[in-house]
Amino acid sequence: MPTVTITVNGKAVTREVEARTLLVQFLREHLSLTGTHVGCDTSQCGACVVHVDGQAIKSCTTLAVQADGSAVTTIEGLADGQTLHPMQEAFREHHGLQCGFCTPGMIMTAVDFAKNNKNPTEAEIRQALEGNICRCTGYHNIVKAVAAGTAAMNG
Amino acid sequence: MYQFEFHRPKSLAEAAALLEANEDAKALSGGQTLLPTLKQRLASPSDVVDLSAVPELKGISVSGDTVTIGAFTRHVDVAKSAEVAKAIPALSQLAAHIGDPAVRNRGTIGGSVANNDPAADYPSAVLALNATIHTNKRTIAADDFFKGLFETALDAGELIVKFTFPVPKRAGYAKFPNPASRYAMVGVFVAETASGVRVAVTGAGPGVFRAKEIEAALAGSFSAASLDGVKVPSAGMNSDMHGSAEYRAHLVTVMAKRAVAAAG
Repeated sequence: MPTVTITVNGKAVTREVEARTLLVQFLREHLSLTGTHVGCDTSQCGACVVHVDGQAIKSCTTLAVQADGSAVTTIEGLADGQTLHPMQEAFREHHGLQCGFCTPGMIMTAVDFAKNNKNPTEAEIRQALEGNICRCTGYHNIVKAVAAGTAAMNG
Repeated sequence: MYQFEFHRPKSLAEAAALLEANEDAKALSGGQTLLPTLKQRLASPSDVVDLSAVPELKGISVSGDTVTIGAFTRHVDVAKSAEVAKAIPALSQLAAHIGDPAVRNRGTIGGSVANNDPAADYPSAVLALNATIHTNKRTIAADDFFKGLFETALDAGELIVKFTFPVPKRAGYAKFPNPASRYAMVGVFVAETASGVRVAVTGAGPGVFRAKEIEAALAGSFSAASLDGVKVPSAGMNSDMHGSAEYRAHLVTVMAKRAVAAAG
């Protein structure tokens, strides 16, 4: 079996994996990092979004072996100890979640977006969230949260 | 997903050798189509050859009247390239609206064109801009490349290395995206090129095709108004739960008008 070394949330981990192991399976089942969710499993819903080398990707549509040698950040890696990441804090403050299932993917997408868009319009935020689906229909507050979180990250 | 052997070759020659050594091997680019296909067990390659570490497939350059894009260039890189935006703004616009941001961070132009999904965006740009497809064996003109539903002129084991796009006088792209998948229900790429007006349609039929009726109308005058009343035959167009063939035929003219307006 292939061996992969992936830096996950700052810590290098080396594991043997089957080549067909998805990155999301590696995170959830091999590393017990269950903050990254599987929703549709067809790369449409975005619940599984994590960062690979700083960029938001769908971990249900990436093999663990493709991430060999990369740095992966999951929702567990955002907070600084007990202090929430500004985007997490914005989602809490603006009630950007209802059931919370889509939230990790929403936040990981939003953090990558905020790095590249310092002062986005509401339309740009909505477009950036095209690949993340919230089935509680909570988009209005999610958009508010992303706007506030983007401002906080770039403030 | 079925089991397979995974390879990550470091050169084009090594990648080609791996693919030629085994007819059941499959090339993996961004994986945004191949991995969902494998997950559904619709394909069972013995070997998967990851192209991400092949240096010959990477990079964007603009020289004179030609834009060159390596096959392993991700949609996000085309969308964000200042050089592409300056030379062929319609191409960067197209790249910026494929799928969603996470898909654009993985998916590549080479993967999209080699797969030739009938609703993919890039084949329309390759065909309308009269691009040349450079493989590890030969060069293929866009008019000879696309062979209908998921079929291309590529031989088994043949790899796209890069694309060269002649810079058009002007070009525009407009699509009516499926609201769930963002694939094109109908996408129309119009270009005024050195060899005349070329119009390529994706999403509407079993594969990308040139719309001769639209081309003829625009050859007279490259304006949205010249498309008033122009009808594209619906025969052979896709009919599914998202729209009938007649609806798609109507959308072709509508999207062509928007594309011409976008071309300026």
